Amino acid sequence: MHFYTYDGTFEGLLTVVFEAFERKAWPTTIEQQHLAQPGMFGENITVVTDEEKAGRVWQGLQKKLSVGALQALYHTYLWEQPGFEQTVFAYIKLVFSSAQSIEGNYAAPCVLQVQQAAKQVHREKHRMEAFVRFEKTADNLYFATISPDFNVLPLIVRHFEKRYVDQRWAIYDTSRHYGAYYDLEQVSLVNLELPPGKRPNIVAAEAKDQEEDIYQQLWQVYFDNVNIPERKNPKLHLRHMPRRYWKYLSEKQPRRLS
Amino acid sequence: MKVQKHSVMESRLIEKLTILADAAKYDVSCSSSGGKRKNENKGLGNAEGMGICHSYTEDGRCVSLLKVLLTNHCIYDCAYCVTRRSNDVKRAAFTVQEVVDLTVNFYRRNYIEGLFLSSGIFKNVDYTMERLVRVAKKLRQEHRFNGYIHLKTIPGASEELIKEAGLYADRLSVNIELPSEMSLQQLAPEKNYKEVLEPMGNIKQQLVQAKEEKKLFKSAPSFAPAGQSTQLIVGASAESDHQILQLSSQLYKDYSLKRVYYSGYVPISSDNRLPIITEPPIIRENRIYQADWLMRFYGFDAKEIVDELHPHLDLDIDPKLGWALRNRHVFPVELNTADYEMILRVPGIGVKSAQKIVSARRFTSLNFEHLRQMGVVLKRAKYFITCQTKSLQRQDYESELIRRKILFGEGSVRSALLKQQLDLFRQVG
Repeated sequence: MHFYTYDGTFEGLLTVVFEAFERKAWPTTIEQQHLAQPGMFGENITVVTDEEKAGRVWQGLQKKLSVGALQALYHTYLWEQPGFEQTVFAYIKLVFSSAQSIEGNYAAPCVLQVQQAAKQVHREKHRMEAFVRFEKTADNLYFATISPDFNVLPLIVRHFEKRYVDQRWAIYDTSRHYGAYYDLEQVSLVNLELPPGKRPNIVAAEAKDQEEDIYQQLWQVYFDNVNIPERKNPKLHLRHMPRRYWKYLSEKQPRRLS
Repeated sequence: MKVQKHSVMESRLIEKLTILADAAKYDVSCSSSGGKRKNENKGLGNAEGMGICHSYTEDGRCVSLLKVLLTNHCIYDCAYCVTRRSNDVKRAAFTVQEVVDLTVNFYRRNYIEGLFLSSGIFKNVDYTMERLVRVAKKLRQEHRFNGYIHLKTIPGASEELIKEAGLYADRLSVNIELPSEMSLQQLAPEKNYKEVLEPMGNIKQQLVQAKEEKKLFKSAPSFAPAGQSTQLIVGASAESDHQILQLSSQLYKDYSLKRVYYSGYVPISSDNRLPIITEPPIIRENRIYQADWLMRFYGFDAKEIVDELHPHLDLDIDPKLGWALRNRHVFPVELNTADYEMILRVPGIGVKSAQKIVSARRFTSLNFEHLRQMGVVLKRAKYFITCQTKSLQRQDYESELIRRKILFGEGSVRSALLKQQLDLFRQVG
């Protein structure tokens, strides 16, 4: 039995694949170091992330997979659900052991799992692109927070980068404690050092641009009046906009008194 | 909660938005896809690729665009329309600048993909159209706005204005509203089919021409890259589903429309030219959309879905199932060997599932367990397919029995009849 641990990065996971093939020691479990509990009866292998080894695995995959399949594999990593490391490993092992391409072989469990994980991640990415709501601050920064089910921040940056070229913006993941910041030149990933308990959920009232409140209210007015009450359909509404996303949406916040 | 004081201007803007969003909501189109405008000028926004629904109304419809009327003052008196001259409602009008500011500020906060601007007709047709075009022009030129713009073309507007509109807009639409000339005469006496179809033909011509020019010169200006669409109101007049689908099929073919939208008539008016209904025909509208989908993505011809003999869609079952039950001789379909086109025609199997089946069967011969794992829904499909020549059904059922089993579950025929009866009671009561 071989219990692998790694540092939680994608490169680290690819290094695990490299080591496992090198040793011909197929993993019983693959876990992140800070989460792992050492197994008693077997070999504990602590893998140190090695960019060169990870790169060789990736290049090997590039020769055998389409861009779409490589992306799906990366999405499975961002999926972060229990057992995703084993799924990624099983998929890569199947790729390297098959003479022909395995893409589309949904009868193989790991191929189907990768496809399904990628689909979930893609859907969450799309939802974040739709449901992010920026608030304008007094110093002209458009700021938003998210806490997505899966780690999709790296995937949505490109979308916002293309869309908002002429405004400074930042999106912060409050559950994973990092964010993306665009300064009119480029996007960088940043960690905000905040005292515990002080989360940047909303922009403080005094830091808001003076027009921010009126536009939030106008958006609520629009949302209320575009609705056709005769066609009310709460089931459909919830299917498209599950309750857990409402916290982002200014149109779903209490109406202001005026 | 903090009580805010609004300035007079802010309050006025809130009131205008209330009136003019409310008046625009019966136009069901809210699509923002098909635009090809990339953000290449370091401006605001990007409309390449897929549309995005930023929110959903409580009736479950996508909110993608800021959909408003420029004004709800109108010189026409169309019976089905809230904005008609004789209706006693509050009137309002945005200035060009107000619409531009709302669009830009909503877009910057990621509320919307762009603007869908329509209008009541004030003074005359061209005067109205000219103002719609001015909003779009201002957004594109002064704000370098690359978001999505859908402009309504006012029937009877001049060719030059339509041409200019197409330069700034991603999509143009002319609403037919009523599915036959006769209904139009009855319900919208100031309009006629010629005035509606003329700009449509005009737009089509411009679309073709712009495409030709693009082939020769890459820098040629594009014209409404997301094409044109229209809307038909369902249930405000007497047309059958057959007539409606025949018309849309013709529109797709002759005018190369991107979309025909169907809007179940919401009883908004007590005008005596209209039928008396209490609820919008939502199920009928849904069935018509499904039929429309069959024509656009599943290779069905309008004639296969409804005809003179069966002029109405079955409200209880979807039109694909209806077709399959009438055409049992082409089933069962063996999923391991059938053409993709034929798999698409199996009730309950959509484009995604059909593609997965065709892809997976290259690797292995598929059985029902494979289908389940892939997420293919078998509730309806199982009566029409085999896998490795095996069927999930022990016997061949009559069409009527399949219909009942799908509608009422696998229980006995008696419980099905009972349920049907209960439904009847509910409808009466």
